[in-house]
Amino acid sequence: MTTTATAARGTGAGDEGGTPRRPPGHDPGPGRAGRVRSRLYRWDVRYSPYAFVAPFFLFFAAFGLFPLLYTGWASLHRVELAAPDDMRWVGLRNYTRLLDDDFFWNALGNTFTIGVLSTVPQLLMALGLAHLLHYRLRAANFWRVALLTPYATSVAAATLVFVLLYGRDYGMVNWALGAVGIDAVDWQSGTWTSQFAVSSIVIWRWTGYNALIYLAAMQAVPDDRYESAALDGASRWQQFRHVTVPALRPTILFTIVVSTIGATQLFGEPLLFGGAGGQKGGASHQFQTLGLYLYEQGWFSFHLGRACAVAWTMFLILLLIAAVNATLARRLRKSH
Amino acid sequence: MTTTTTTDPPAPAAAPARRPGPRPGPGTRRAGRQLHGGPVAYAVLALFTVGSLFPLVWTAVAASRDSSRLARTPPPLWFGSNLPRNLGTAWTDANMGLALFNTVLVAGAIALGTVLFCTIAGFAFAKLRFRFKSVLLMLTIGTMMIPPQLGVVPLFMVVAELEWTDRLQSVVLPTLVSAFGVFFMRQYLVEALPTELIEAARVDGASSWRVVWHIVLPVARPAMAVLGMLSFVQAWNDFFWPIIALTQENPTVQVALTGLGRGYVPDQAVIMAGALLGTLPLLLAFTLFGRQIVGGIMQGAVKG
Repeated sequence: MTTTATAARGTGAGDEGGTPRRPPGHDPGPGRAGRVRSRLYRWDVRYSPYAFVAPFFLFFAAFGLFPLLYTGWASLHRVELAAPDDMRWVGLRNYTRLLDDDFFWNALGNTFTIGVLSTVPQLLMALGLAHLLHYRLRAANFWRVALLTPYATSVAAATLVFVLLYGRDYGMVNWALGAVGIDAVDWQSGTWTSQFAVSSIVIWRWTGYNALIYLAAMQAVPDDRYESAALDGASRWQQFRHVTVPALRPTILFTIVVSTIGATQLFGEPLLFGGAGGQKGGASHQFQTLGLYLYEQGWFSFHLGRACAVAWTMFLILLLIAAVNATLARRLRKSH
Repeated sequence: MTTTTTTDPPAPAAAPARRPGPRPGPGTRRAGRQLHGGPVAYAVLALFTVGSLFPLVWTAVAASRDSSRLARTPPPLWFGSNLPRNLGTAWTDANMGLALFNTVLVAGAIALGTVLFCTIAGFAFAKLRFRFKSVLLMLTIGTMMIPPQLGVVPLFMVVAELEWTDRLQSVVLPTLVSAFGVFFMRQYLVEALPTELIEAARVDGASSWRVVWHIVLPVARPAMAVLGMLSFVQAWNDFFWPIIALTQENPTVQVALTGLGRGYVPDQAVIMAGALLGTLPLLLAFTLFGRQIVGGIMQGAVKG
């Protein structure tokens, strides 16, 4: 608050010596100096806001919007990694090639199944955890921080550990399965097993984060709703079912959208889960996602133009998701 | 956009750094939130906590063994004595030393830039009047939905053209602002910054920049700290673009770890030592500021 004192000191009727700090807008003193100052003041009030938001929008335009639009333009060209300057117009050929490529459809399908496998259990567990965290607990902060720790672990570090844990011959998971009499699983080579393993990395990293988001939303639910539910004799489970979940619906929708966007972009986990040839997503591309397919097209097959076509296709998928989300949100608001 | 729909109850103007736990009400017994957790709740939480921490602990266990021990069953469950040697090998052979130095530089610059630019933009959106304000704010929120990695190819073309491959600025510049940050600061300043304070300074003839320097920044400091930490964590763990823009010659931590994962160094124990080195600084930060980071995420959630 000390700063306000210094800033407010000038309000007294004209300090002696030098600049009388009067409100220039109200009483522009006589003489040129006063007029100039008042004009400066008006300009400041009118244009400074733009200066404040300008850095954000400039950076966004340069590194967000321009690359996105240019991706669309480049996707209509043949561009090689070796000579990115040399663009030759090919129309929609990159896209028709994409649609003819089985590996594209494979990657699209994998992105979808891994997306479902990772998002659904993750959000369900997060909701349950948030409910528990919402209780009055000893060491409340400890649980929250502990559950958030995986979020601090990078994709790379997490995946490297999980690769070891899922190892076929000496991995801890197979060892534990062996202890209960289940044969060792070759996690990486099977379609479902590898997709399950990749999903489990995503689930591990994001469940705690989403639990905190739900917890924050739960804390915003007015207590009297619980009180009246309790008066009606609702059990804890019924309160959860009929008070908490409906109140959280917008937040749940929000986390679904965010997780879906994340799932569409999935890249690091399958890349490193695949080891040396990770961009393929396994020997038979069994866990290659769209992100990996883009990377492979651009930086291993050297076709930047085709990589752009993949990126633009992913963008269209996201627009579709956004549209579905908007429709759902509107319906949700109506039903209230 | 569903982002703002959770704000309907007037949120208390609490600093995000403040303890976000269930606040004991003034003597009222409340159903629901005030229920004490039973043994089952504790058991389930303990289970998930073990699940959350185990892979990290085991990273350290594996990093303290030698690789031949990792190729035997049962897998080791307790620490061995090879930690210093493996850390040393990771530091030199896997370039983790340089990677850590680079990442501190990159993440620090990004956190600083994000906090600075997002605070002034958030202030303008929260308290100043200008044309197109609501349109621009909607635009800002909209950009949160666009994942930056869709634009990697043109970004790569630009970086190649400028011969910035392997230079750190190619990773810093594209990540220097964040729409989430702008929105986060706006939501904080709407409540935390009294409009009368700005008006008083205005009447006094203070310029906008003086208002920012003397009033906005001091008020915004707690939120700036939280945003700085969140940006730092995010920049530290950023993956896709650094993999493309940098090589093993001048890596960040994630690039070096990717090199490890793709067979750069075949020794599993060294790989785990590298993963440990790359994660430890953030884990340390979490131990020290975990509560603030949790508070920041929750604040961002209710507001965003």
